[in-house]
Amino acid sequence: MSTVHPARSEGSAAPGPGEPGQTSGPGEGDGPPLGGVVPPSRRPPASTRHRPAAAPLPRRVRLARHFRRDWPLIAMTLPAVAFLAVFHYLPTLGNIIAFQDYNPFLGDNPLQAFIYSDWIGFGNFAVLFGDYLFWRALFNTLRFSFAQLILFFPLPIALAILLHSILHEKIKVFIQSVVYLPYFFSWVIVVTFFQQMFGGAGLLAQHMRSAGLEPPTIMTNPDTFIFLVTSQIVWKDVGWGTIIFLAALSAVNPNLYEAAAADGAGRWRRLWHITLPGIRPVIVLLLILRLGDSLTVGFEQFILQRSAVGPAAAEVLDTYIYYHGLLTQQFGVGAAAGLFKGAVGLTLVLIANKVAHRLGEQGIYKKT
Amino acid sequence: MSTTPIVTKVPPPRGRRQPWEEKPSAAGQTGKGAVLTFVVLAVLFPMWVIVVTSLSPREAINNAGGLVIVPQGLDFSAYVAIFSGGRVTRALGVSMFLATAGTALSVVLTILAAYGLSRQGSFGHRTLLFVFLLTFFIYPSLIPSYLVVTGLGLRDNLLALILPTAVSAFNLIVMRAFFMNLPQDLIESARIDGASELRILLQIVMPLSRAVIAVISLFYAVGYWNAFFNAMLYIQNRDLDPIQRVLQQYVLAGQAPPLRGDVANLPGVASVPPSLAIQMAVVVVTIVPCVVIYPFVQRHFVKGVIIGAVKG
Repeated sequence: MSTVHPARSEGSAAPGPGEPGQTSGPGEGDGPPLGGVVPPSRRPPASTRHRPAAAPLPRRVRLARHFRRDWPLIAMTLPAVAFLAVFHYLPTLGNIIAFQDYNPFLGDNPLQAFIYSDWIGFGNFAVLFGDYLFWRALFNTLRFSFAQLILFFPLPIALAILLHSILHEKIKVFIQSVVYLPYFFSWVIVVTFFQQMFGGAGLLAQHMRSAGLEPPTIMTNPDTFIFLVTSQIVWKDVGWGTIIFLAALSAVNPNLYEAAAADGAGRWRRLWHITLPGIRPVIVLLLILRLGDSLTVGFEQFILQRSAVGPAAAEVLDTYIYYHGLLTQQFGVGAAAGLFKGAVGLTLVLIANKVAHRLGEQGIYKKT
Repeated sequence: MSTTPIVTKVPPPRGRRQPWEEKPSAAGQTGKGAVLTFVVLAVLFPMWVIVVTSLSPREAINNAGGLVIVPQGLDFSAYVAIFSGGRVTRALGVSMFLATAGTALSVVLTILAAYGLSRQGSFGHRTLLFVFLLTFFIYPSLIPSYLVVTGLGLRDNLLALILPTAVSAFNLIVMRAFFMNLPQDLIESARIDGASELRILLQIVMPLSRAVIAVISLFYAVGYWNAFFNAMLYIQNRDLDPIQRVLQQYVLAGQAPPLRGDVANLPGVASVPPSLAIQMAVVVVTIVPCVVIYPFVQRHFVKGVIIGAVKG
């Protein structure tokens, strides 16, 4: 018997549908309640009822038994954990070189260089915060982030609602297949497509010139770069973004629509009072994720186009770290910029989630 | 931290208008149609133009003054050129290797770990899950990652494009959610019959999970196929460049001066290194694998991604 997992009968999970603890609601109306039946809320928690009557084992023994039972599961998980340890957590710890005057040429490898390098406290941050290029990169990042929020974020919702309203299943599936596709293209492809369409030698320019017009400099104009970048994101991601909203839309209870229609609500009122509230948790969740990622606006997109529009328009935090930290080997300053970005990003997620809780939404993680 | 799906289930698609719904107005239908047609064309038109140009003979490209919209003649010489050895052929080989080897490694690691974490209440389950979930909140920045990868001696080594991205916590959580939704009775009875965990995984869980495994494999494969920035960081040896790097150098950087199209048409200017047809052929071979595999996996997306909408 000890090989059977008690996991599902104890622990925090709600008892399964077949278990008696769950029989509230319509099931109780089947017959007159018997005298002496304890209402569900007064019953002892489901977990204790399945425990054997014997005295509970000491915690250490129980853990040892569980370990003996579950070690194959742990062994399966460990390779992936090892990869994360080396390529995720080790570099995360490596952020502490932000507090060093890190010199890659001390010793034979990065670890020795780390050991031999001097600690300089917040010196790198002082350099960073004194660098107007850093502030420019930060400002640009926030600008792009804000543009994405205003110009991009609502579009998948709108497109999902539009797609959801198509009744012809084949047409709907066809359009979905087409709009998901760009999500799987690399940024190199996306930028290439834009260049071929709107670049100086692209299709638009080619036809405008043959018509005797002067083509606009869409791909190289720093002033309108923000719209270019945002429309690239729209082209690449808008279709993919609809998936989760489509799922949420089809989970809205259809009876609500019927009831609203019976009460005289027209198409737009139903959209406003039923559809949008119905998908609100998903919208809030994605909004939080987006806000938490305010300092991450996409790396390759900017690296690829930085030379075309110049760093004044295209430098974001990530490219700043690449050009001013890595290429010039100012590793300490670059790590400080990275740490700054990570810390601010984490803070933003936590704040946004707190706000979501205040608004009565679930947020990314539950309040504990 | 518990995992509750934010979207619980997808009811079957509704096929016809409900009796209480208004009849659609002609203007509304037209507007809807126009918007959706525009969206579809915005995706398909650039692909059409690029494929047609890559297959066009030189005269057609010259007549059009650049990209060709209406096909005039068929000419495979651009493809012959890029497939007859040289950088593009080699880069395609590199990318194929990355996509197959990387995906195999990633999928094996992800399946194992997802199954290992799929039993709630098992020993160390919460701690290990936390290790994965934390990666959503705390992530390393560029410089320390670069130092770790180069410190391991992976510069100019294709492993530098595989190992750091081998495990994606997101994919792992998606797969774990799928495993947890499988009928537990099956697994339970196999366990009572004395099957080991590995055997249960291989003979019961995996055959039932083909859909999610296909989707996750596609995600990983696309990731490896699109590897660009890591190649830029770690690969200096031009022979090891993946296809995205070659695309960037051939097509984006090769076109860098904005008026190249004009200049190239002037007589007496030295031949522009890769012709437009060749450039477009490189673009096509870069997107073809995605476009070919995608339809087979696409029908599983919705299931896979909705299950992915779990919260940690």
